[in-house]
Amino acid sequence: MAANKPRTSSFSRNVGVVPTSQVPGLKHGPNGTVFLSSGIADLDKILGGGFCLGSLVIIMEDPDAPHHMLLLRNFMSQGLVHKQPLFYASPAKEPRGFLGTLPNPVSLKDDKSREHDTEQEKTLRIAWQYKKYFEDQNLDSQKDGKVEYCSDFDLRRPLDRHALSGQCIDCVSLQDCPNLATLYDRCSTFLAQIPRFDGNITLAGRISIQSFSAPQCHFSDKEWDMLSFIRSLKSLVRSSNAVAAMTFPPSLVSPTVLKRWQHLADTLLSVRAVPDEDKDLAKLLTGYQDMLGLLNVHKVARINTQVPVILEATTYSMKLHKRRSLVLECLNQAPVDGSSGTSHATSGSCSVSSKTGALDF
Amino acid sequence: MMSSNSANNLLDEALGFNDDGGGGGGGLLLLIEDRVETSGAFILHHLIKRRLSSPNRPNDVVVFLSFAHPFSHYDRILRKMGCNLGVQKENKRFVYYDMLNLNYPDGEKGAEDLLLSVYGKIQKTVELCSSREGYKNSTIMIDDISLMEVALCGSSNLVLDFLHYCYSLATQFDCLVIILNHEDVYSTMDVPSPLLQMEYLANIVIKAEPLATGLATDVHGQLTVLNKGICQGSGCSKGKIRNFHFRVKENCVEYFYPGSRT
Repeated sequence: MAANKPRTSSFSRNVGVVPTSQVPGLKHGPNGTVFLSSGIADLDKILGGGFCLGSLVIIMEDPDAPHHMLLLRNFMSQGLVHKQPLFYASPAKEPRGFLGTLPNPVSLKDDKSREHDTEQEKTLRIAWQYKKYFEDQNLDSQKDGKVEYCSDFDLRRPLDRHALSGQCIDCVSLQDCPNLATLYDRCSTFLAQIPRFDGNITLAGRISIQSFSAPQCHFSDKEWDMLSFIRSLKSLVRSSNAVAAMTFPPSLVSPTVLKRWQHLADTLLSVRAVPDEDKDLAKLLTGYQDMLGLLNVHKVARINTQVPVILEATTYSMKLHKRRSLVLECLNQAPVDGSSGTSHATSGSCSVSSKTGALDF
Repeated sequence: MMSSNSANNLLDEALGFNDDGGGGGGGLLLLIEDRVETSGAFILHHLIKRRLSSPNRPNDVVVFLSFAHPFSHYDRILRKMGCNLGVQKENKRFVYYDMLNLNYPDGEKGAEDLLLSVYGKIQKTVELCSSREGYKNSTIMIDDISLMEVALCGSSNLVLDFLHYCYSLATQFDCLVIILNHEDVYSTMDVPSPLLQMEYLANIVIKAEPLATGLATDVHGQLTVLNKGICQGSGCSKGKIRNFHFRVKENCVEYFYPGSRT
């Protein structure tokens, strides 16, 4: 996403007040909402701008693959790049260690060569794959030294130390929380430091909770306590200038609790592993070999509006662009061999899933 | 194709409400069921507007218990529908209870006390309103029941008790009780679910579901309205089931029979 230009008009109602669009890392959304970036440009686009301030994002994990970590890493890095306070909780003994795995934004030098390569690649593509190149290409590059709303992260390079030092980062190990009231208090204390002025948001915070109901946590068998915590966290975040992203393994909770969990989410995503060497899938989808996994968008936050978001496609493939940046692509059906009689739905008005699994509705 | 800005649309017809937005008195329970894929919140918004914009009922009150969203959320949505909740709140016609920040009542006893205090407030409001001249009906709305259960640490018995109390209050003071709950939460339960009890108690059940073919941009889902009819004297009017599709917009909702949309 390109940086927003500040609005300059003598008729502006916000004279004397710093417009949100001038605050790095935030931008106006519809219906009086404000967005911050997920750290993944394609995901921001799919969600209509990013994650809405005040919303709870829930990501359902796949026990076979750690792709939810990619989403969390980009989310957390983006916050640090924009100097947004960060709260991170995980079942690990030393959650601070995870900060060492956060990706660094692609540097300007790398970017120039990437633009050149992309141009060359375009001309080499086979005709029937043209559709994705007609869409807006996010040629993220730093313009005039301004920080972009959504950075292009290089997953191979760890975040520069200067981005971590002097930052407000609160790390909590879920194993150290004797009960959820403790965790709630920590979140509450964290959010209290983020100023809340209506109409003039100067700072936003990010809460990142990884693998919430993992067995190492003392509360993992207390389903009602967990639901209660999530509901309380959601209320807390709703009245703050913050976004909370939480991942959890859905297979570890009962079906009815899982449904309640899904209803609690404002934005609901799930990640799935792509099986290796699946010949049927390889025939069905283009670029199968490059896919890390699949991302499903189940629900998009509807704050201050009653109109649902109906996406053209709800399943996207997760790939690494140039082996370093996470991109999401619509699933494209491979050219159908005349001898095979089956046809499968591709992206269209019906929800797409090339493979039915436990996570599908 | 009918929009909710006209006198009556398919939903209002199915509910049996009058043209002026009234009706549904004498103690009725209306249950809205939805799912993760298809939210039924728009029905709540529609009913808030209908209940507040009836010109012949200036003293009718809508009591709203929110476990789901802050006041600003409903205010913005209703404003786009032509209803100013801020003004209605000042005029005490829209009484909003923010239940979002209920935290950790101390066990079941704490939850029960909490619930009693909430019920007490509702009762006072409705009693006060009913004593005013020109009073016709009041409305009690809960958004939503499953969050209420979570707030009460899973005690569905307390929730059901609360609903029974509201229902008897409704019968006494000619109120309409409207509740929203999530059907898919209970369909995965093995034991007889609290939802079954609510469906039994309800006079009208509205189910919001996705289409069998999945989600689409021009049809957001389907509604099935079961109106059990009213028993009066020796006869009962027959229960009717209606099914139609809907599309939600910012300022209204379109309801139409399948295939009849231009």
